[in-house]
Amino acid sequence: MVGFLIAPGIFTHLLSVRGRAIVVGMSNLAVAVQDLSKKYGDMFAVSHANFEVPMGTVCGFVGPNGSGKTTTIRMLLGLISPTGGTGEILGHSIKHPERYLSSVGAMIEGPAFYPALTGKENLNVLATLGGYGTDHVQSLLERVGLGDRGGSKYKTYSLGMKQRLGIAASLLPNPKLLILDEPTNGLDPEGIQEIRDLLKSLAQEGTTVFVSSHLLSELELISQHLVMLRKGKVLFAGKIEDLFLAQQPFILVKTPNEIDLIKIQEIAVAAGHKSTIRSGVAHIEGPADWAAELNKAAFAAGITLSQLSPMLPSLEETFFEMTGDSE
Amino acid sequence: MTKVINPSVFKAEWRKLRRPTLFLGTMLASAGLTGLVTSLLFLLIDSPQGNSDRGNMISRDVLQLPSGLTIGFSNAAGLLGIVALCVFAAQTAQEYTYGTLRNLLVRQPRRIRLLLGKYVSMASFAIVMVILAAFISMSIAFALSGKAKVVTDAWITSDALQEVAKTFGNVLLSVIAFGTVGMILGLLLRSPISAISLGVIWLLIVENILIAVKSSLGKWMPGNLMSTIAVGGTDKISYIHSVSFVAIYLLVGAAIVATLFKRRDVSN
Repeated sequence: MVGFLIAPGIFTHLLSVRGRAIVVGMSNLAVAVQDLSKKYGDMFAVSHANFEVPMGTVCGFVGPNGSGKTTTIRMLLGLISPTGGTGEILGHSIKHPERYLSSVGAMIEGPAFYPALTGKENLNVLATLGGYGTDHVQSLLERVGLGDRGGSKYKTYSLGMKQRLGIAASLLPNPKLLILDEPTNGLDPEGIQEIRDLLKSLAQEGTTVFVSSHLLSELELISQHLVMLRKGKVLFAGKIEDLFLAQQPFILVKTPNEIDLIKIQEIAVAAGHKSTIRSGVAHIEGPADWAAELNKAAFAAGITLSQLSPMLPSLEETFFEMTGDSE
Repeated sequence: MTKVINPSVFKAEWRKLRRPTLFLGTMLASAGLTGLVTSLLFLLIDSPQGNSDRGNMISRDVLQLPSGLTIGFSNAAGLLGIVALCVFAAQTAQEYTYGTLRNLLVRQPRRIRLLLGKYVSMASFAIVMVILAAFISMSIAFALSGKAKVVTDAWITSDALQEVAKTFGNVLLSVIAFGTVGMILGLLLRSPISAISLGVIWLLIVENILIAVKSSLGKWMPGNLMSTIAVGGTDKISYIHSVSFVAIYLLVGAAIVATLFKRRDVSN
């Protein structure tokens, strides 16, 4: 009997053929890495990273510059070899990228194309190389809003157009997993919204999207999962709601005058809640349901409230708190 | 064979090679250089300064032989080789400078297949280049033979046809060898300018200085040996010696760069 290590989250079917056990694995994880590390000299670019990305989800990949996001993505795509640890993409080891890359679309560290070729010719090169044929190149250009500029040379493209072409290239294999590194760089707000809608529609079609971005508010709108890196280490990996649940909720209070605001702060502190006043607004740590108590206490003290808002920290605030970054 | 030399890689590379500026520019350069060398061979036939490489004199009697038809073509091989070196080096190293190598490797992660496919497509580009150069050179030879008073009866014999085939093979071998040097330099240096500069400076300047200082070094200099292949060997250096040493140099170089290419992290 052959023994198998079955990774968590893997649907397995055990078959018996001529007395031998065979595992036919169909992973429900698009990405799974265990202790993945990359060391340059004495410095870990990525240190013992562990995370999973379930199939069919949009997973945000966040971290400050130099936190190891691009290095991790490059390891997942077989472009650089890990120093240690293992990883699986679509159920295949990252040691054999040839087994899964035909189902993976990727844009790494910004778009890179041949300047003297047109956008369409650039996509044709990659479509031919991947063996996908060039029939759907025009429809991809239209999908990313470059339908009428496909015949222009890449060197004439704006940064936003280059970014769109990069996204179109990543869609060439009709991927099961899409890995995008900062896809909204250089896009205007309208372009950002278009890419957000595109990623949402891809996810609805069943494509798993693993996307790194500095625009955390964008990721908050589209991601169900999140992997957070700092200095090569994974700080958080999991459902985005679990991240917020672990965060301290707070209440924002505004009064018509500063004296009343100080009184509100005293009420909060007396009730055991931390409070700070910033830019004429009291930030009181406390659950949403305590807002009603505060309202009652303010009324009793003759204080009029002009704002009383129970809040959860945004992804950006959570990110800064966890990474210790304030820029 | 198709598993090792992937047709998709070959076709994808040709999509880049056939762009008009590169394709027409290279073909025009090759045709122009071959045409110039062949024209000078006939137009300066009576010049006391010589009508061939480094002031050598190729007489009317020699040109009237069956091999006379292809002398201009084989004399231009060194220049065709330099053109091939530039194309191979630029096409390889630009993948690093543009950052496009990562796109290619995501679509074709089998690195040696990618490398071989690129090489074979560039070699086929060199074949087109050499065919055009041969056609131009022989056309000019026929066109200028009357003016140079060269009798062409021997050029339309079966011996001449054999000479054409032999010279074409030798020039092609030489040009592809030059191109291979370009590709090796492109992979090693990862910059088109550095690869082309180093290749051209070594082959056109350094080797010539070394050979001028010590002529016996000519037997070991790769550029000199590749040029010797094109002319089918010389009195001093045999064809077999040239082919053998060029093959050794290129195989060692190719093995080194293939290993580097397979193992090196792609982080640009």
